[in-house]
Amino acid sequence: MTETDENMEYLIFSIMAIVATVCAILVISHRNPVVSALFLIATMVSLAILFLALNAPFLAAIQIIVYAGAIMVLFLFVIMLLNLRKDEFGPERRKAQRFFAVLFGFLFLILLATAIDVGLSSFGQREVAAESLSPAGVENLAQVLFTEFLFPFELASVLLLIAIVGAIVMAKRKL
Amino acid sequence: MVPLSSYLILSAVLFTIGVLGVLVRRNILIMFMSIELMLNAVNLALVAFSREFGAVDAQVFVFLVMTVAAAEAAVGLAIIICLFRNRKSVNVDDLNLMKW
Repeated sequence: MTETDENMEYLIFSIMAIVATVCAILVISHRNPVVSALFLIATMVSLAILFLALNAPFLAAIQIIVYAGAIMVLFLFVIMLLNLRKDEFGPERRKAQRFFAVLFGFLFLILLATAIDVGLSSFGQREVAAESLSPAGVENLAQVLFTEFLFPFELASVLLLIAIVGAIVMAKRKL
Repeated sequence: MVPLSSYLILSAVLFTIGVLGVLVRRNILIMFMSIELMLNAVNLALVAFSREFGAVDAQVFVFLVMTVAAAEAAVGLAIIICLFRNRKSVNVDDLNLMKW
């Protein structure tokens, strides 16, 4: 990897990390669910770009198509179907709960950071030959997915079928 | 190469924001979006590990997590529609029938 490539990766990571974090904070802080959903789409797109930087082009495409496309459109559909008025957003005034949530969320973040630090230093001496790690192209992924993980893959299709049936049974007024 | 720890910290930050969303907000739709945010944060960690160790297995896990997320979104949103039809509210504080 040349030096410009390396700088490029740092630049992409920094920008996308900031965009993802800011949009994620806006997701949970904005009052209107439609705006929240749009910011969540922005978070997912920036994560897709990070996937590209991490040599996972297939997952980046799936992230955009399935997450930012299908799932979030479903969300927006439901939000607009419910047709909420301003007063139906409900009261959000629980100052004490918000204070403790932020406090313990911060402590949780420190806990996670410590765990990452300890965990990473425990295998710090490993030898990673950066050249030997071939980029996980779509071929490699497909190879593993359709041989070693064939059974989970088939189970996933059954899971999706059950989800479709369940969603229709619940959301339909009269069958 | 951006070190693995940077990606993991970003993942931890996004996960924590998701947790905060579930704890702070009372709107069930936004709580649901926070859950999606947490799933995404975990996906990012898995993909970062996949690159670091040259293992494609982690990407298969991400693929399966996305499948589960899609199923979860479909069923969860159907439940929300049912709830709204019966209770005319998306505020979780109004849904306290089974609360002790």
